[in-house]
Amino acid sequence: MNANLNLLIGLAMGLNLLALGTSRLPALIRAMSAQGVILGVIPVLLGHDLDWRVALIALATLAGKGVVIPSLLRRAMRTAQIDRELDPLIGFVPSLLLGAGGAIAALALVPLLPLLPEHANTLLVPGALATVLTGFILLIGRTKAISQVCGYLILENGIYLFGLLLIKAMPLLVEAGVLLDLTVGVFIIGIIVDRIQRAFDSLDTRKLTALRE
Amino acid sequence: MKSLLLVIVPLLAAALAAAWPSNRSRPLLLPATGLIHTFLCAWLFFCPPPVTPGAWLAFDPLARAVLPAVSLLFLVCAWYGVSYLKIRSERSNRIFIMALLAVLGLLSAGHQSRHLGLLWIFTEAVTLAAVPLLHFNGTPRAFEATWKYLLVGGTGIALSLLGSLCLGYASLHGGGEGDLTFVALMSQGAGLSRPWVLIAWVLLLVGYGTKMGLTPMHTWKPEAYGEAAGIVGAILAGGVTSVAFTAILRIRSVVGAAGEGAIADHTLLVIGLFSMLVAALFLLGTRDFKRMLAYSSVEHMGILTLGAALGPAGVAASLFHVWSNSLTKGALFLSAGNIRRAAGSASMDEVRGMNILTPRSAALFVTGLFAVTACPPFGPFFSELKILRASLEAGHMAATAMFLTCLLLAFFGLTRVVFGIVDGRPANHAKATGKRFVESAGVILPPLVLLGLSLWLGLFQPALLHDVWAAAAAQLYPSP
Amino acid sequence: MIPLAHQLLRLACWVLLAPLLPGIINQVKARVAGRRGPPVLQLYYDLARLWRKGVVVSTLASPAFVILPAVAWVSLLGAALLVPLGPAGAALSFHGDVLLMLYLLALGRFCTAWAAMETGSAFEGMGVVREVSYAVLSEAAIVAAVLALCVQTGSVSMVTMLAPTAGAGVVLLGTGLFIVLLAENCRVPFDDPTTHLELTMIHEVMVLDHSGPPLAVILHGASMKLLLFSLLLTQAIVPLAQHGPIAATGLLAGGVLAVTLAVGIVESLLARFAYRRVPLLLTTAFLLCLFALLVAWKGGAS
Repeated sequence: MNANLNLLIGLAMGLNLLALGTSRLPALIRAMSAQGVILGVIPVLLGHDLDWRVALIALATLAGKGVVIPSLLRRAMRTAQIDRELDPLIGFVPSLLLGAGGAIAALALVPLLPLLPEHANTLLVPGALATVLTGFILLIGRTKAISQVCGYLILENGIYLFGLLLIKAMPLLVEAGVLLDLTVGVFIIGIIVDRIQRAFDSLDTRKLTALRE
Repeated sequence: MKSLLLVIVPLLAAALAAAWPSNRSRPLLLPATGLIHTFLCAWLFFCPPPVTPGAWLAFDPLARAVLPAVSLLFLVCAWYGVSYLKIRSERSNRIFIMALLAVLGLLSAGHQSRHLGLLWIFTEAVTLAAVPLLHFNGTPRAFEATWKYLLVGGTGIALSLLGSLCLGYASLHGGGEGDLTFVALMSQGAGLSRPWVLIAWVLLLVGYGTKMGLTPMHTWKPEAYGEAAGIVGAILAGGVTSVAFTAILRIRSVVGAAGEGAIADHTLLVIGLFSMLVAALFLLGTRDFKRMLAYSSVEHMGILTLGAALGPAGVAASLFHVWSNSLTKGALFLSAGNIRRAAGSASMDEVRGMNILTPRSAALFVTGLFAVTACPPFGPFFSELKILRASLEAGHMAATAMFLTCLLLAFFGLTRVVFGIVDGRPANHAKATGKRFVESAGVILPPLVLLGLSLWLGLFQPALLHDVWAAAAAQLYPSP
Repeated sequence: MIPLAHQLLRLACWVLLAPLLPGIINQVKARVAGRRGPPVLQLYYDLARLWRKGVVVSTLASPAFVILPAVAWVSLLGAALLVPLGPAGAALSFHGDVLLMLYLLALGRFCTAWAAMETGSAFEGMGVVREVSYAVLSEAAIVAAVLALCVQTGSVSMVTMLAPTAGAGVVLLGTGLFIVLLAENCRVPFDDPTTHLELTMIHEVMVLDHSGPPLAVILHGASMKLLLFSLLLTQAIVPLAQHGPIAATGLLAGGVLAVTLAVGIVESLLARFAYRRVPLLLTTAFLLCLFALLVAWKGGAS
C-alpha cells in the first residue's frame, strides 16, 4: 500500500522538477494537470475504507485540478494569445537545483518531526513541503502572470498533499472549502489576467511597476 | 440566532443588490443594511447571548469586543458611499455594492468563527469578495494594485491554510478527535504536539499577518490603499485587517494553552516593532498621501501586534486600539478620498493648498492626522497609552523606547505629507478640477461623525466597553 | 599462463570491438533516414587508413601535440580495463577502483583538451571551453550515479557494485546515465558528430588539427569511451548476476546493442539543442542520478 502511495508522490515530486525545468508554458500546464490527476488518485490509496466523503474529494480533485483548471488556463492562454516561452527571473537551472535541494532537505528533515505511525513511512509530508517550495519558486521566479497562477496552483497542490494527512479527522467542510476557493480564485485570477492583457497588451508582470516608491 | 442574522442579512442584501434594477437607488441598500446590522450588533452587544462552548459560530466575548466597531465603521462608510456613488454615477455600481455588502457579511462571520477551518474559509472569502472593490476604478493602475493584492493576499491565505492543517495535525498527533474549534484545541492544551504547534504558529502568523499587513508581508497594502476609493480603504483598513487580528489572537490563545506562549509573545513583539519601524521609515519617504495612509495602517497593525504580545492587559488595550484606530483611520480615508477627488492626484508634488480648494475636508484631514498620531484627547492617544503602560509593566524597556521612537518618526512623516498638501497655493489647473468637487454634507459629515466617535472613545469611554475588552482578554487567557 | 591469456582476451575485446559501436549507430541513422549508409566496419577502414598516413604538426606546437593523444588513449584504456565485462569480470579490480576510473576518464579529457590548445588556435580554444563546461555538469552526474550504486550495494569496487535493485531507482539511474552517455560521447542532442558548421561543433573542433596516427588514436579512444559507458549503463540496470555465464554474456551483448540502437534512434529523432538548453538537460541528468541516490539511501534505511 505504502509503496504505491510513495511511488505516486514520488511522481508528483518529479513533476515539480519538470515544472521548474521547462521553458514552455504548455508543458508547465501539462505538468500541473498531471500532478492534479495524481493527487486525485492518492486519497483512494490511503488505506481507509472508501467512504463517500473520500471518494468525493478524490473525484473533485481529479476533475478540478486535473481537468477544469488546466483547460481554463489553456483557454486563457489561447484567447489572450500569450507567448508560449516563459521568461524566468530565476533561471531554469538554478530553479531546478533549488527545487531538488528543497526536496532533498524535506526528505532529510521530516524524520525529525513527530509523525503518527501510519504516516511515518510515507512521502506525504516531504512531498507536500517540496511541492509548496516549488510553488514558491515558480511564483517568485517567473514573470508571466499566467505562470504565476501555475505556481500558485502547485503551491495549493502541496497544501492539499499535506491535508491528506487529516482526511479522516478533518470535516468535509474544510476540504470542500479548499476546492471551492481554489476554483473561485483561479476564475477571478483568470478574469484579471484577461484584463491585464487588455490594459497592458502583455502579461509581463515586470511591466506592473507604475506603483513603487 | 440573532448572531447568524449578522451574517445572513448582509448576504441577502448583496443578493438583493444583484437583482436591484436602478443604478441610482441601489446605493441606498448600503445604509439600510448598515442600519440593520448596527442595530443587531448593538442589541447583541448590550444583551450578549449565551455561548455554547462547542459552537462553531457565536457572538462570543471576542466578537462582542470588536464587531460593533466594524459595524459602526461600515454604517458611516455606507452613508458616505451613497454620496460617493452619486458622484461616480457614470459607472455601474452593482458589483461594487454587492461586494461591499458581501464583505460585511463575511467579516461578521469571520469575527464570530470559533472554528479554525471556518475562520479560514471566511477570511479567504473576504479576500476574494474585496477584489471587485479594488478594481472599481478600472484604470490600469487599479488592475496592477488588484493583481498584487490577489497574489500576495492569496499566498498569505494559502500559508494560513497550511498552518491550520499543521495545527490540526498537532491536535491529531496529540490524540485529538479532529475537533478544530478553538475551545477544543485550548482544552487539549499541553497534549498538542509541540513541534507542530510551533510550525503552525509561524505559518499562521505569516498567513494572517499578510492579511493584516504586517512587515514584511505588507507590500500589497500601499498599492491597494493607494489606488482604491477612500471608502474601500476605510473598510479594508478598519474591518478586514481586524478579522485577521482577531484570528491571530485566537490562535495565540491555542499556542499559549499548548505551553509555547512565551515564544508566541516574543515573535509578536518582534514582528510588531519591526512593522512599526519599517512603516515609520517609509512614512518619512513617501510623497503620496494615500500611500501614506497605507503605511500608517501598517504602523498601527504593528501597534496592535505589540499590544497582543503583552498579556491580558495588553490584549485589552489592543482591542481598545482596534476601535480607536478603525474609527480614526476611517475619518482619514474618507477625507483623503475627498481631497484626492478634488485635486485629481495623490502626490504631494502636484497637490498643494487644499485648505483653499476644499477647506472642510482639509480641516478634517488635519484633525484626523492629530487624532491618528495619538494627540489627546482622541481615542488613539488613550489606547496607545494603555499599550505603553502594559509594555512598561511587562518590563520591556527597550521595546517601549523603540515604540515611542517609531511613533515620533511616524508623526514627523505624517505631518510632513499632510501639511505639504494642505498648505501653500494651489496650482492653476487644480483650481478648475477643485471647483467641480462640491463639499456636500454627504461627504463631509461621515468623516466628522467618525472623528466625533474617536473623541467620544477618548473622553467619554463608557465603563461597559472597558469591561467588554477585559472579558475578551479573559476569554483568550483562561485562568487555570 | 591462463590468467595472462584472459587479460589479453579482455584487452583484445576492448580494443577490437569498440570501433563497431559508431558503425552500428551510423547504420541505424541511415536506415531510419531511408539510406543504405556506410558499412558497419567503416571506422576500422578509417583507422587503418589514418594509421598509414603521416602527421602534420604546426610549427607552434610542442611535442605534446603528438604525445597527448596517446596518453589520452592509454588512460581511456586503463579506465576500460577497470570496468567488468559481465561474467568475464574486469582485468583489474580492487577496493575503490571506481575512483580511479573516474580520474582516468578525467585525465583522458584533460589530455585531449590540452592537445587541442597546443596549436594556439582560438577556434579550438572555443571547442575546449564548450567541452569542458559540459564536462563539469556531466561529471557531477556520474559521481552521483556512482554514489547511488555504492550506497545500493555497500561496495566501492566496480565488480560488486554493478548489481541493480528493482524499483524507481533503476529507472532514474538508467535515464540519468543514458543522458550522461550522450553528453560524454558528444552525441545528439549535445553535439552533432557529423556537423561541419564551425559555430555548432564541439568535440570535432578539438580534433580538427590532428592528423594521421594521433587522429586514429583519438577516434579509437572515443569509441572505447562509448563502449565503456554502454557497458556501465547496461550493467547498472540489468541484473546479470542472476543468470548463468552464457546467458549473462548474451544479455550483456544484447544490452550494449540496445543502448547503441537507442543512441542511433535518438540521433535520428532529435535535433541538436541550443547551447543554453544543454545545461538544463545535464542538470536534469544530475538530478535523476541524485534522486536515484536518494532512493537507494532511503530504500536501504527502511
